[in-house]
Amino acid sequence: MSDVVVARSLDEAQEALAHQPDATVLAGGTDLMVEINRGLRRPRHVVGVAQVPELHRWSVADNRVVVGAGVTYTEMMTTALADAAPALAQAARTVGSPPIRNAGTLGGNLGTASPAGDTLPVLAALNAEIVVTGPDGERRMGLDDFVVGVKQTSLRPGELIVAAELDRPRGRQEFLKIGPRNAMVISMAGLALVADHDARTVRCALGAVAAGIPRARDAEVWVAERIDWDDGAAVSDAVADEFGQRVAAAASPIDDHRSTAAYRRHAVAVLATRALKRAFAQGGGDDA
Amino acid sequence: MTAEPVVTPEPVVTTAPAVTTGAANTAAGISAGAAGADTIVDAGTRGVGADVGRPDGVPKVQGRFAFSSDLWADDFLWGHTLRSPHASARILGIDIGPALATAGVHAVLLADDVPGRLNYGLEHPDQPVLADGQVRYVGEPVAVVAADHPDVARRAAEAIVVDYEPTDPLTDPEAAPTAEPIHPNGNVFREINIRHGDLDATGEVVVEGTYEVGMQDQAFMGPESGLALPDDDGGVELFISTQWLHVDREQIAACLGIDEEQVRLTLAGVGGAFGAREDLSLQIHLCLLALHTGKPVKMVYSRDESFFGHVHRHPAKMWYRHHADGDGRLVKVEARIVLDGGAYASTSSAVIANASCFAAGPYKVPAAHIVGLAARTNNPPCGAMRGFGAVQTCFGHESQMDKLAAALNMDPVELRLINALDSGDRLVTGQVITGTFPVAEVILQCAGAPAPDIPPSDDRRDLPGGSGRTTDAADTVRGTGFAVGFKNLMFSEGYDDYSSAACRVADGVATVTCACAEVGQGFVTLAQQIARTELGVDEVILAPAQTATIGSAGSSSASRQTWMSGGAVQAACRAVRDQILADVAADWGVSPDGLVLRDGLVVSLDGQQEALLAQITAGAGYEADVEYHHAPTEALDENGQGNAHVSFACAAHRVVADVDPDLGLVRIRDITTAQDVGRILNPTQAVGQIEGGTAQGVGLALMEEIILDNGQVRNASFTDYVIPTTLDMPDVTIAAWVEHPEPNAPYGAKGIGEPPTISSSAAVAAAVRDATNLPLPKIPIHPADIALG
Repeated sequence: MSDVVVARSLDEAQEALAHQPDATVLAGGTDLMVEINRGLRRPRHVVGVAQVPELHRWSVADNRVVVGAGVTYTEMMTTALADAAPALAQAARTVGSPPIRNAGTLGGNLGTASPAGDTLPVLAALNAEIVVTGPDGERRMGLDDFVVGVKQTSLRPGELIVAAELDRPRGRQEFLKIGPRNAMVISMAGLALVADHDARTVRCALGAVAAGIPRARDAEVWVAERIDWDDGAAVSDAVADEFGQRVAAAASPIDDHRSTAAYRRHAVAVLATRALKRAFAQGGGDDA
Repeated sequence: MTAEPVVTPEPVVTTAPAVTTGAANTAAGISAGAAGADTIVDAGTRGVGADVGRPDGVPKVQGRFAFSSDLWADDFLWGHTLRSPHASARILGIDIGPALATAGVHAVLLADDVPGRLNYGLEHPDQPVLADGQVRYVGEPVAVVAADHPDVARRAAEAIVVDYEPTDPLTDPEAAPTAEPIHPNGNVFREINIRHGDLDATGEVVVEGTYEVGMQDQAFMGPESGLALPDDDGGVELFISTQWLHVDREQIAACLGIDEEQVRLTLAGVGGAFGAREDLSLQIHLCLLALHTGKPVKMVYSRDESFFGHVHRHPAKMWYRHHADGDGRLVKVEARIVLDGGAYASTSSAVIANASCFAAGPYKVPAAHIVGLAARTNNPPCGAMRGFGAVQTCFGHESQMDKLAAALNMDPVELRLINALDSGDRLVTGQVITGTFPVAEVILQCAGAPAPDIPPSDDRRDLPGGSGRTTDAADTVRGTGFAVGFKNLMFSEGYDDYSSAACRVADGVATVTCACAEVGQGFVTLAQQIARTELGVDEVILAPAQTATIGSAGSSSASRQTWMSGGAVQAACRAVRDQILADVAADWGVSPDGLVLRDGLVVSLDGQQEALLAQITAGAGYEADVEYHHAPTEALDENGQGNAHVSFACAAHRVVADVDPDLGLVRIRDITTAQDVGRILNPTQAVGQIEGGTAQGVGLALMEEIILDNGQVRNASFTDYVIPTTLDMPDVTIAAWVEHPEPNAPYGAKGIGEPPTISSSAAVAAAVRDATNLPLPKIPIHPADIALG
């Protein structure tokens, strides 16, 4: 049997984790309870953080969005967050069914650190800083430094995910995801693309096609030079197609029971091409 | 958790039935009766033909319905099963010491603890109750544990040390017949050769194809569960979700080594079946543990475990060659069908018979050579699932008909029409269809329905990829597909799958007793409708389905219960009616022919006399107990010829699908169907069967597949074994009930549960082919098959 501490403040959560640094953190439970029910995990110590008010906070400023670790997928879709971080809302909509989206949280998606975690490509494309707190105080890191392998994070014993801080660039955001049916799916391939008309950059990150959440940095640089930033002309088919190929080169997919490496690489190219065309349609984009 | 007592079924009076009608082959006399199949006596507002709501519908929606997983008893134990991780291995030794030493564990049982027959099986008892020295598939039960908490039972099972010596699994059914036998009964469950007509005939136009169907799961919502209670005399009482109580009892008693009367089964709330509850799962294990511990024992499989706890639909590999003349008339069909039966027999021999008998489709085929093989492998056992062999071959024959239409440059619907079977025609088994079989009308009604009006939509949920936002309308192409399929109703090849029912009318209230398993098909509603119609009463009590109170009802499968148990209930009610009318007629000095039961009254047709039924039946009342049999069938001979089947039903589907060819994603936009139903007895329930059956076919066409890797199941969860959501399954348009009452069927009604599943998969595949021009020879069609095809 597990002992469970239900924390009602950030202090209580930190205290409980300081006391049991190897405790498993339970937020919405949409990943953890599945693993427990399947007998894959049997945590001895659990710290429940669903009732920690500090983790549910989010805020939107001119150029920054802060999303607390306890913010649910439903909240990402239905609050002002959806306007401030549209790709996050789009990704949240692809997660499970409404009951799952009511329970599951951003912090849980980060903590599980699955390559198929739907919000993770969005966080990568929005240059997220992951804020964690623990016995050694607060630490901040990019997603690359947070997710260090398949379902592996750089969280240290006793540390808790507090929030993610995201860019709020001027430009369109797109999240696209493929699954084995049209809703309620684990990703076979996913992609987030963000246009930043001030920095004149395009940022693109991939889900479910590598051990981590790769950014297609070469493709980003290549395409930024081919965007008509001044006049807003639509991106050409040729550029969009080549961008797709270059994005696909950033993927290192595998064959598994959900799909094949060949399909995933192909699909990522198609998704990237389409996302770029949507983000840079004629006259579109910078007002989005 | 609060312990609640087991819901004890109401006692049912079974003593001294006043009349026993029955014995063999009285179908015509009893079912059609004087009124004839065409006449529905008095539908009333809640009788046969009326749109009566399910008595269990609202409780199920509200979460108040007690499923078999909700059962409790005082001081009960939890059972858990240890399963083989290997597809093939010898068991060199098992050490249960650590498990038995676990606090809270009451029993750990192995094959040696099975007191009776060591094997069970629906047709051939070849499957060990618990593995005995050898495991033949991943998930095969090796040991069962009873403990005072489910986690304790699970951990104790994990503590059992099994010394396995793994061996290379046999996973290719085509290699099975010549491979080293993996079971004493050999590797071939059955081989069928249908030779019909002039086998040397050839057609001007010949098309050939090879097709595959993946392993589908029934994916019922309520995992296997039950509760066994030992009695004081060495017997056991079992509350269980199953499709056929009496065949469970037979197998349980044999393996427990006790009399059948000592095993008393009561149907518990069933959360879906679709064939997966025909074979035993935890029944014997529960009873063994209860008898061994002397305590009630409950088991509930987890969702993941459920994938290992029941049989699946047979994966199929099919080769076809169709010959036609220049006008498109079929000349000959050649086919070879290989079904992977997995490790144990289950119903493989009947499934391959169906697959073979219906391999040519509902078409006039003067000559046919069809070879069917069901083989044993170390894959999971396969058995009954909605459609029962006809689903696989429908994908084959309908793919071939489209290919033939293309070769002939003919409209695919026209090609089907000119070849459509009808009453009086002969199947490839030589059997002449004597009942109704309006294939052409079903095709015409479905294909002739107005083209769907699909307005353009900017909502990505209406597009392929759905909520994943992958696809814009400009990325899609549209296709239309059409398919028609058929199968038999009831069991075949000489099997007498009778049903039993009792009816009692006392104080004006009818009580109907039948062991028919309500698995969602709606028998509980229909039985009451029938009693109301036959007895002119409103209040009808349906007694619990139990083995102790009534004889077998046969299986809730093969689209047979409306006909068979419906027929039994109708016959029992009519027998009671006849007793009542005879007594009243004698009392009034009139002929019983001039009397009817109506609105709770006995009424003379001349309007001169009436009496309250409640008064007439006050006190002991009237009772009858009947067996109802369908017309006899015969085995197939060595050439696959014979009158093997009772009756047939067909359905057609037209599917419009939008496909994103670059990503291989599909959004079905419209499904239109027509079905040969005989007669509709409850419109809402009929719609439910058709929608659900169609959805199950959509799932097989596009997503539902158990993925195997050298005998290991890779996706035993609802995370990775996916079934259609509302974004995958559009509303179903029923173009027409094609109602031609079946002469020997009660009320003329045919079973309607299976036909929708047969043709929908093939129609979806055809629509995707039409959109993409890809051959797509395998279902499910996965995105990569289209995008990289």
